[in-house]
Amino acid sequence: MKSADIRALVTAVVCIVLAALVPFVFNGYWLSIALTAMMYIALSTSWALFSGPTHYISLASGAFFGVGGYLVATGMSDYNQSFWLMMFVAAIAATVLAGLIGLATLRLSGVYFVIFTLGLAEMIRNLVSWVQNNFLGSRGLYVLTDFTEAHIYWMLLTVASAVFIFGWLVERSRLGFALKIIGNDETVARHVGINTAWTKVVLFMSTGFFAALVGAIIAPRYSYIEPNLVFSPELSFLVVIMALLGGTHRLWGPLLGVIPFTLIWEAISIWIPNFTTLFLGIAFLTIVYFVPNGFVGLLEKTRGSRGVKAGS
Amino acid sequence: MFKIISANSIRKGFSALVVVTLTTLLSFTAHAADPIKIGAVAPKTGPLAGGAAVTQWPNIELWVKEVNARGGLKLKDGQRMLELIEYDDKTNPGEHIKAVQRLATQDKVDFIVAPYGTGFNIAAAPIYAKYGYPQIAVSAISDKMDELTARYPSLFFTLGTTTAFVNGVKDILAGMRDSGKIGNKIAMVNVADAFGIELAEAARPIFKDAGFDIVYDKSYPLGTPDLSPVVKGAKAAAPDAFVAWSYPPDTFGLTEQAIIEDLQVGAYYTAVATCFPAFGQKFGSKIDGVFGAGGVNPDTEEMQAYFKRHKEMTGKDADYWASANTYVSLQILEQAIEGVGDVDREAVTQYIKDNSFDTIMGEIKFDNQISHKFWTVGQWQDGVFRGVASSNMDGVAEIKEKSGWN
Repeated sequence: MKSADIRALVTAVVCIVLAALVPFVFNGYWLSIALTAMMYIALSTSWALFSGPTHYISLASGAFFGVGGYLVATGMSDYNQSFWLMMFVAAIAATVLAGLIGLATLRLSGVYFVIFTLGLAEMIRNLVSWVQNNFLGSRGLYVLTDFTEAHIYWMLLTVASAVFIFGWLVERSRLGFALKIIGNDETVARHVGINTAWTKVVLFMSTGFFAALVGAIIAPRYSYIEPNLVFSPELSFLVVIMALLGGTHRLWGPLLGVIPFTLIWEAISIWIPNFTTLFLGIAFLTIVYFVPNGFVGLLEKTRGSRGVKAGS
Repeated sequence: MFKIISANSIRKGFSALVVVTLTTLLSFTAHAADPIKIGAVAPKTGPLAGGAAVTQWPNIELWVKEVNARGGLKLKDGQRMLELIEYDDKTNPGEHIKAVQRLATQDKVDFIVAPYGTGFNIAAAPIYAKYGYPQIAVSAISDKMDELTARYPSLFFTLGTTTAFVNGVKDILAGMRDSGKIGNKIAMVNVADAFGIELAEAARPIFKDAGFDIVYDKSYPLGTPDLSPVVKGAKAAAPDAFVAWSYPPDTFGLTEQAIIEDLQVGAYYTAVATCFPAFGQKFGSKIDGVFGAGGVNPDTEEMQAYFKRHKEMTGKDADYWASANTYVSLQILEQAIEGVGDVDREAVTQYIKDNSFDTIMGEIKFDNQISHKFWTVGQWQDGVFRGVASSNMDGVAEIKEKSGWN
């Protein structure tokens, strides 16, 4: 067990170092693809930490991402605050928001929760527009910084690494154990004395925190923020599909979904640009019918069967 | 044994691949008259796709076809044809940036047509600047142009500022009031979204300072299907002028309701998309005298020829505003490339800064990367949307009095 831990740790460190070197090797196009992938790695992995064990499908990523981007833009554009301060404020605000939403909705059973989170991004977008219209007045929010794509990539890599460390810690904690029990049978969990509501809320807050952080970091890349652009429901769906494609029962599962998905998505955008939505649908069907446990599940199955053959 | 064979065959296959790649590379560099590669990234899907299909894409198509029909652009080493490479940005800034990166580093295009939409022009500006592509922005309206052009030395603006648009409307209304055509009361509504909010914010103090009384001031969310309460409310306030800072769907919706409610005002203004040919086709003579954002001077020979070519080559009608500006931006690019006589982007950018250009909208030149020649308000007059207020444009039409909705 110990040695396996060390091996995992070494692999992780090597991967992070290699990922950090990407901007030195690639520039321009491939870097911007790596950046997109890194963004989804952070989002999907963080999503899977909550939705994987609990089976609550959250479509709120777009909402938290939007809160991050929007607060950074408002703070920098209207109140002359620094990017770093606003990034911090945005992450805290989204965490509190996730906490409130979690308390209100995580007592609901699965389906109702999905529908609520789906509406959330739209609700916040309208709320933001309403506040702008009645109180602030919009002057187009500009996020003008000197960050290059490499800087933004490294920031995202830092967030992604933090997600992995957080996930690794949770898995080894009482919290992680409690989550697994909740996922298997919530009634049993309650009977053995687990505070199920609180456990779920804490993990849900972490997804809010990380998604807002990613949104905040992406804001300088967009340079000009409009509510319509950052509160995108598409983002929420992409995060879910990539995570499920990779597999949510291992920490590194979503990673295996994000990388091929981003590459295929890009290839389709170039060759048959009008088919990206179709591809999204096919990916969903594929997951449901053929890889319910994601690529990780497939990998473990083939490895498992090979193991059996060797034994016999 | 097996392993050795496979390794060999892989190596053979690989060296064949290298040979093929090298020959293609060599054959590419050998031809002197390779086409000039032009990239274009704009929405073909998503919320902005409709507008881009009217204003952006047809003009790119028209320009490329025209230049190639002439045999290409005249450079120092002979004429070179244009090759167009286009990508859909899905109305998503992240996708847009990626596509521009692809054009710059994979397709290695010589020039890129500026994006469609304010947000996209600003989001893409850092990459254009990084690779030195001149970016002649059209569909981008901002009050921060000075800061942006100082930051991005290859960025040019051509369509005007938010404040200029509001001032255009104010001047028209003040002129009508001073000549006794309308009274003092304005009903103002706006779509509760970025550009609508921005215009309404700018308009409140400007209207008040001009001595107007805003008797009704309401907003409605983007995508509101039923706009009758908005128009009914405005009508109840008995205004002399109705001003709507609206987007395409609500420009149509509000006007439809105004006709149904028979909103009697001396001046009726809706913002974006009033200039679309589809607007005129839908309402016909009913909207005679309606004001809107933009405008053209359709009487010049150049503009008439442009409208004709646009219809012939793309099968679509040009709109009465930014279509012409979009085409002008491509004319500027074309003249700058020919002026330099080479595809040297830095020299072309400098050429745009230093010279004036002969376009279908007259002579255009840039003052600190900003062109101050644009239309602000237009009016439907006998089936044509004529510019009635502008910044430095010739051929401003006389205002026509509106007489009901017939």
